[in-house]
Formats: sequence, C-alpha cells, structure tokens
Amino acid sequence: MRSVALDPVSDPRPYAIRVQDLHKSFGTLEVLRGVSLSARQGDVIAIIGGSGSGKSTFLRCINFLETPTRGKVVIGDEEIVVRPDGTPVHRRQIEQIRRRLGMVFQNFNLWSHKTVLENLIEVPVHVLGVPKREAIVQAQELLRRVGLSEKAQAYPAYLSGGQQQRAAIARALAIDPRAMLFDEPTSALDPELVGEVLGVIRGLAGEGRTMILVTHEMKFAREVSSHVIYLHNGSVEEEGPPDQLFDAPRSERLKQFLRSVG
Amino acid sequence: MLDPIKNMFAPGGPFELLAFAPPGWGGNLLFGLLRSLEVAGGAYALALVIGILGAWGKLYGGELIRDLLQIYTIVVRAVPELVLILILYYAVPQAINSVLVASGHERIVPPPLMVGTIVLGLVIGAYMTEVLRGAIKAIPVGQMEAAKAYGMPAGLTAWRITLPLMTANAISGMANLWLIATKDTALLAVIGFGELTLSTRQAAGATKEHMTFFAAAALLYLIISILSGRIFAFAERWSRRGQAPLKRAAI
Repeated sequence: MRSVALDPVSDPRPYAIRVQDLHKSFGTLEVLRGVSLSARQGDVIAIIGGSGSGKSTFLRCINFLETPTRGKVVIGDEEIVVRPDGTPVHRRQIEQIRRRLGMVFQNFNLWSHKTVLENLIEVPVHVLGVPKREAIVQAQELLRRVGLSEKAQAYPAYLSGGQQQRAAIARALAIDPRAMLFDEPTSALDPELVGEVLGVIRGLAGEGRTMILVTHEMKFAREVSSHVIYLHNGSVEEEGPPDQLFDAPRSERLKQFLRSVG
Repeated sequence: MLDPIKNMFAPGGPFELLAFAPPGWGGNLLFGLLRSLEVAGGAYALALVIGILGAWGKLYGGELIRDLLQIYTIVVRAVPELVLILILYYAVPQAINSVLVASGHERIVPPPLMVGTIVLGLVIGAYMTEVLRGAIKAIPVGQMEAAKAYGMPAGLTAWRITLPLMTANAISGMANLWLIATKDTALLAVIGFGELTLSTRQAAGATKEHMTFFAAAALLYLIISILSGRIFAFAERWSRRGQAPLKRAAI
C-alpha cells in the first residue's frame, strides 16, 4: 500500500506538488516560518502537529485559500505567479489550479441546498463543462464507491457526519483531481464515525492517489502515508518515512508530542 | 349560484354603491387596486435589484462604494417616505425644468406612476440592501469557501451558491418589505396618483358613505396581504429545501 521510498534523485515519478520556503503571517503573528514540501505522484504525505502548529494554514496555502506571505508553490509543472506581497498575479491561474486539487474540509462544507448527487456534479458540469448525463453516471459510480448510492437524492442535512464526509470526498473525486488535500477530515466526527471515513481515504491511498493529509489520527497517518511532516510553531521540526518518525523520533518536541497524543 | 351575491350589488341591494359599473364605485376601487399593485410590483422589482447590488457592494465593494451605499441606506431610511415622494415629485422636476427652460427646451411633467415607482423602489431598496446583506452574512463561510476551493469563478459562485442560500435567510424580511410596499403605495395619493386609497377617498367623498368605502378598501388590502402571505410561505419552503425542518422549541 505504501509507496516505496526511493532515492530522491533516481525517483522517476514526476512531482505533483512542490512548496518551497512558505511563510504566512496574520498581521504580526507569524504562523508559517518557511515550510517546504515535495510530493511526487502517488505520494501520501501526512502533516501532523499540535494545535496552532500551522498545519491547516499550510494546507490552505497550497491552493491559495490562504495567501502565503512569501514562498513558492508549484502544482505539476506550473508555478503560481505571485506579487511581492504574495497575492497571485493571475486569478484565472489560481482557479485553474484549484480545479485540479480536490479539497476535503474538516466541516465537510457540502452545499446545503443541493442534494448529494447535485453536490457531486456541480463543479464537473458548471465549471469543467462535463456533459450533465456523463457527470451523473460518474457521480453515481463514485457514490457507490464510498457506499452512499442510496443517499444520492438526499440533502446533506439528513446525513450523518461520516456520510457527509464520504460524500465530500466523492465530490472531491468527481473533479478527477491530480492531488487531494485533506484538512483534518475526521476532526469534526463522532468517534464511531471516524472509521468509515478513514476506510475511504485508505482505499484512495491504495490506488496511488497523491494526497496531502493534515490529521490528528497518528495510527492512520503511520499506516497510509509515505512521508510524514511534523510541524511545530510554523516550522518543520522533523520529517521522514513514517516508521522512522513514529518509532525513532529524534527531536525532543516530536517525542513529547507523540507521547501526548498517545 | 352567484345570483344572491350579484343581487347584493344590484340597485337597491346593500352594496349597490360598490357595484362594478357606474353609478357603483366598485370598478374605480378595483382599478385603484390594480394601480397600487402596479406601483408596488415595479417598486419591489427595482428594490430587489438595488438590494442585491447594494448588499454585494456593502460586503465586497471598495471603500468608496461602501461609503456611498452607507450614505444611501442611512439617508433613505432616516427621511420619511412622504418627504422623499414630495422632493422627487416637486423639487427634482423643478430643478430639471429650470435647466431645461434656460437652455430653451420644453418643460417636463413627471408621470406620477414613474415617480411613485422610483421613490418607493429607492426607499424599499435601502431596507432590502440591509435585509440581503444580513442574509448573506448569515451563510456559513464554508459554503462559499468550498466553491472557491474548487475553482468556481466569483460570478458563478454568486449565482449558484450565494444567491440561493441568501434567499432562504432573507425570505421573511423580503415578505415584510413586499407588504410594506403594497401599503406604502397609499402615500402616492398626495401627488394625485389614483391608487386604491385615493380612489376610495374620491368615492367616499362623492357619496358620503365613508364607512362602506374604507371598509371595502381595507378588505382589499387584507386580501392582498393574505394572498401574498401564501405565496411567500411557498417561496420559503422552496428556498429552505435541504435544510432540516425547523423543530418546535421545547416549552
């Protein structure tokens, strides 16, 4: 399931996402102090860290939901062109890039006035220009995969949290994304609903999807990821293959963090 | 089957003064009602356009636009409608005419229907701006953020996500404004616009049957309110689709 760690130089897989020296400040508060990440196609990168470590902000900077103050973001071969203040130069470019990244939010954010099926076909039909009939067939297939076929016509408010998050993952898959971004996908769920969502994500990792996953689920991060980044206070404190990070952490802070999350 | 009712409006019947054709005044009243609805409908449509643009401008516009809109909503909501009607009907045309006459053109006489529609539209538009602004702000941020995260352009997001969600929040306030619009048309009687209230006053004055005519007019306003209520209740159910039904508060 886990992609084999290759020598970085000889790895033939192209890069999906590269982030270099990313900084982000909210006013005088510096949330990210130079974070970098390279994800090749098929990589599953888990970002872990305590609350306030900047991990969600970092993820949201990748598709510019937050505007980085400084740093470079390259999606595929395309570098996002930014002004000196960090804002993107081309709004269209950002929109194009977002259409290739499937974002899954902590609070699902399914559109509440649309049925599950309508949520899935919204972007393919109205943004990507997929014929509606084709989009519906594709959406039904995705709903089957996440086990929600019978909920296609239901509105999100009538679904459990776990079902909503599975529907949200299907919505992200419906755009056939180059990479998926998960922002603490199980943090808003009741404990008994976490498993079904993790099951779906595990399946995607097994298919070789490129994923960046911000999570609190350490066991899960260890199981599915090919690379783990531990953020502390806006900087990468330690990173590496999951076995190394979880079994033989070098930094004192990571050791402490792993003890505290048990 | 309708004969007993018809007979009530026939000469000698209790409502002969309300008969549709002269010497009855019913036709005048209904025509006045139609004119009231015409103004209210036009003003409401104008108010919706102003309200949507105003709410958007207040929330997403630049500093200048926000300031101008702030002045608009403050001034219009502060000045009595009647005063605004008089200003637009008498003062504005006077100013325009002095310019026209000085430059050798014909004087213009503003049609009351147009003045009424514009004034009421501007007034209700100011309230609508605030209703819709609040309704947009009440939408959970995540709904728009999801659209943004999937690369949906701003216009499409506004049309497909923000507007429908806003409507669900705004509909009760919008219903209020419609009812206010229908009744504010009565103010246009002061500029001689023959809407329901003016027609009623004329009928009552001519016949001295004040009770009959004002009761009839009140009934007509009531019918409009009840029908409007039905329509808005339907619109509310439709716009709230997908939201869990409102639970009755536990007592």
